[in-house]
Amino acid sequence: MTSPISRGFRGRRPAAGTAARLPPGQYVTNDFPVLSAGPTPHTPLSAWDFSFGDAGGNSAKWSWAEFEALPHETITRDIHCVTKWSKFDTVWTGVSVDTIIAAAAAKGVTTAPFIVAACDGGYTTNLPLEDVTGGKAWLAATFDGKPLHPEHGGPVRLLVPHLYFWKSAKWVRQIHFRQRDEPGFWEGLGYHMRGDPWKEQRYTGDE
Amino acid sequence: MEDPAAAESSPIVHPIAWRVATVAEIVLETPRVRTLVLDASGWPGHRAGQHVDVRLTAGDGYQTERSYSIASPPEEARIELTVERLEDGEVSSYLVDDLGVGDPLELRGPIGGYFVWSVSDGGPLMLVGGGSGIVPLMAMLRHRAAASEEVRRKTPARLLYSSRSWNEVIYRDELARLAAADDSLEVVHTITRAPPAGWTGFHRRIDAAMLAEIAWPAASTPHLFVCGPTPLVEAVAEALVALGHDPQSVRTERFGPTGPSS
Repeated sequence: MTSPISRGFRGRRPAAGTAARLPPGQYVTNDFPVLSAGPTPHTPLSAWDFSFGDAGGNSAKWSWAEFEALPHETITRDIHCVTKWSKFDTVWTGVSVDTIIAAAAAKGVTTAPFIVAACDGGYTTNLPLEDVTGGKAWLAATFDGKPLHPEHGGPVRLLVPHLYFWKSAKWVRQIHFRQRDEPGFWEGLGYHMRGDPWKEQRYTGDE
Repeated sequence: MEDPAAAESSPIVHPIAWRVATVAEIVLETPRVRTLVLDASGWPGHRAGQHVDVRLTAGDGYQTERSYSIASPPEEARIELTVERLEDGEVSSYLVDDLGVGDPLELRGPIGGYFVWSVSDGGPLMLVGGGSGIVPLMAMLRHRAAASEEVRRKTPARLLYSSRSWNEVIYRDELARLAAADDSLEVVHTITRAPPAGWTGFHRRIDAAMLAEIAWPAASTPHLFVCGPTPLVEAVAEALVALGHDPQSVRTERFGPTGPSS
């Protein structure tokens, strides 16, 4: 179907360099909108821990101090929210998911093709393992050089910049390996199971 | 024939296709806000609280998309979108200033399964809104108003609505009419900047004390919906949790202009 022309609409085209970095249907913001479902959890670091679990009941857990002792890296990425805003060159530090999976494996946790991230406040999201490995995902603890604010998912959020940002689960506390791809919070409410912004996979049925 | 109960719980057809609606009527709500009344033939129906994605196309093919909450209740045949012109808004300035009756508007929806309410979900219903955050809440109130008096008495509702000035209260007169005609609906305004002469109502941002006074208590297990700019939603959600409401029962939709709180 051809879109009708919006009579009189001139729009504000991004510069060519910007346009190339924008997935379909997105616009650039310098802001950092907060669009969480529900109130913001506030978990003190003394109460925080993070764990990996597998179907066999094996798990590996890190306290905040143990998490801080893992190797952290700094990365700069563009991020894309399903609500249409994109933010370029966001700077984070965190532990690569590859690193922490390896550490979990050393404690007997076996991987599976899919994961579910579970978070304070009850949020969940699902991902294929291959979308969080090979240098594509982090457990992020700082944004823009400062400790991650609770509104933006602190103390730690999952960071998966190549997918729509609802996959970058805020307040993450556990990752469970799963044999099957199980819909998380938004995926069960009409949002796409995978969420690739370059294919504009916003809602269930989008292809 | 589709099972009506299933339709009410999931009236979304997948994939959600783009369709072209036509502007049938325009209503000027406040100096910066207007309502677009749209004819969207084949509209699959929606639930109060859902939204649509709107897509504009310039002559050279340039396109841009934004989301807007549906203001009309599922009982209305025409879809209504109430849009606030944001300062420097690329799409909102077009929708509020340029779009005219008879023009096409490409949209898709309905979208969203979280920030929704139907009378069959029960009450009491507590709605807290700020500025253009009133739009999805108004769809809920209009949907509730279409129910019988008996149903409405079983699902009492309260709206706490924050606006900067009396002139900027969206749907002001309609809210007054709905409340006057319905003993089980209460509408409370707070005006943060310029109240009208003789105003005896709240004159400050929504805070914990105001919510303690106006909101249903946690023991009533109300359905809670909060919508507006992020700073308002953050403050209200936190206050409701502090008042004892289960965090997972506080449904939030944060939109409108973001950035530093004014």
